[in-house]
Parts: sequence; structure tokens; C-alpha cells
Amino acid sequence: MAEHQAHATTGTYLRIAAILVMITLLEVGVFYVPAFQSVLVPVLLVLSAIKFALVVMFYMHLKFDNKFFSLLFGGPLLLGFLVVVSLLFLFYGGVRLRTGM
Amino acid sequence: MRYDTQEHAAAVAHGHATTMGLDSRKMAFWAFIGSECLLFGSLISTYLIYKGRSLTGPYPHEILNIPFTSFSTFDLLMSSLAMVLALAAVQRGDMKQGKLWLLVTALLGMVFLGGQVWEFSHFYHEGLGLTTNLFGSTFYVLTGTHGAHVTVGVIWLLTLWVQALRGKLGPANAMTVEITGLYWHFVDVVWIIIFTVVYLIQ
Repeated sequence: MAEHQAHATTGTYLRIAAILVMITLLEVGVFYVPAFQSVLVPVLLVLSAIKFALVVMFYMHLKFDNKFFSLLFGGPLLLGFLVVVSLLFLFYGGVRLRTGM
Repeated sequence: MRYDTQEHAAAVAHGHATTMGLDSRKMAFWAFIGSECLLFGSLISTYLIYKGRSLTGPYPHEILNIPFTSFSTFDLLMSSLAMVLALAAVQRGDMKQGKLWLLVTALLGMVFLGGQVWEFSHFYHEGLGLTTNLFGSTFYVLTGTHGAHVTVGVIWLLTLWVQALRGKLGPANAMTVEITGLYWHFVDVVWIIIFTVVYLIQ
């Protein structure tokens, strides 16, 4: 039973759900507001990253679990992120080189 | 590190302890989720690389329905909440609540899948097939792979629910529910990224 106390409480789960819904509403709102168009991509990426972190830390319990699980997840996640960034750099960099744009 | 000690004791009691004192099933599943990060990372990369390079329509801004997909996102977020409530209920031995929240999670997953089937068929009738253009190919492969994961999750959840109905699921099997939850929440976080990258950043 003591193991369960190490996890978040039901109240925390509900608060996290409320925050997730509010961030989603904010994302959709930002999408429709013309004033945000110039900063749309960074704003949406930050909001998405916050949602991602909240689910992983509280619903997947990484905040409370053994740090080795964080390593097992964080290592490949970082590698996956680097794969995305590298491929985008390679392909979009290649386009610029070919077209001179 | 109180949780480590308790988890070690639980893992030893169930015969699943590793030399690190962690549950081997949970460790293996986190490694699996890590490998899934690379799978979805490559699919998202492919989508982004070919973004804006379709020579014929329909194009994303002509066809993507943000209000509808926002509802699907809300649905999946609520299914994650239902999943943690199911786990908490099973851990404290409240199987009545555990069964209820497992079923709610599965039903919300089915609602998401129903929405995806409607979206795909709607797009197809609008002229976007798998081979219509680069957007169609990368969109269907990425969201279809995610949908396949959701389908597996729903089947898994329903299997647990049936086990619970038969009285074969209790606090002693809480780790089984926790691992199911890890899978379900991972499917949710992948959708969080897809919703932003595919639907909102057009």
C-alpha cells in the first residue's frame, strides 16, 4: 500500500487533466488568432512539450519512479529527436544548396 | 528512494525482480517504449521532410478539420485520465471503480478510432488517397500507424476489463494494469505531438 502513496493522488490527476485541457484550448486558440501567426510554431511547440512532459511525469509516473526508467525512455527520446532534427537539416539544407534560396 | 525499495519488495514477491531491484516487466516495457520513440520519430521526420512538397492537391490547409481533431485530442487526454484512475482503483483494491475506469478508457479509445475512421473516409471522398500526393502518403502512414497502436491498446484494455469481470484482476496484478497504462499514455503523448506537428502547424 505504501507504494501507492509514492504515486500522485487522484486530486493531482484531475488537476493535470484540467491543465492539459486548458493547454489544448490555448493551442487551438493560438492557431486561430492572426496576431500569433508570426510566433505560431515556437508557441505551439512549447505548449506541446509542456503537455508531453506533464503526461510522462505524472500519468506515466516517471517523476516518482526509479531514475533508470527515465534513462530508458529519455535516451531513445533524445535520439529520436536528434534523428528528426538531423533529417530536417539534411533535407532542407539540401534544398537551399540546390536552389540557392 | 522509498519507491525503489517498495517496488523491489513487490518485484521479489512476484518473482520478477532484476538484479537492479526493479520489476523486469516494467523495465522491458520502458525499453520497448524507447524503441517506439524511434519508430514515431522516423515517421514524423518523413512527414516533415515531405511537408509542402505535394505537386497536386488536396493540400493540408484545404482538408484538415481542426475543431473535429481538437475534440479527438480532448477525447484521448480524457482517456489518459480514466486510465490513471483505473490504475489507482486497482492498486487500492477497489475493483468496482477499476472495472468502470478500464471500460471508460477503452470506450474513449473506441471513440477516437471512430473519429479517425470518419476522418479517413471523409478525406478519401474529398480526393485524398494513400498515393494521391506526398501529403496523403505521409499523413496516412503516420496517423494510421498511430491508429493501429490505439487499436492494440483498446483490445488490451478490453482484455483486462474481461479479466476483471471474471475476478482474475486485483491489486496483486496492479503491475499488469500499470504496464497497460504506460502503453496507453505513450499513445496519448504521440498524439499530442501529431496534433501539433500535422494539424496545427500547417
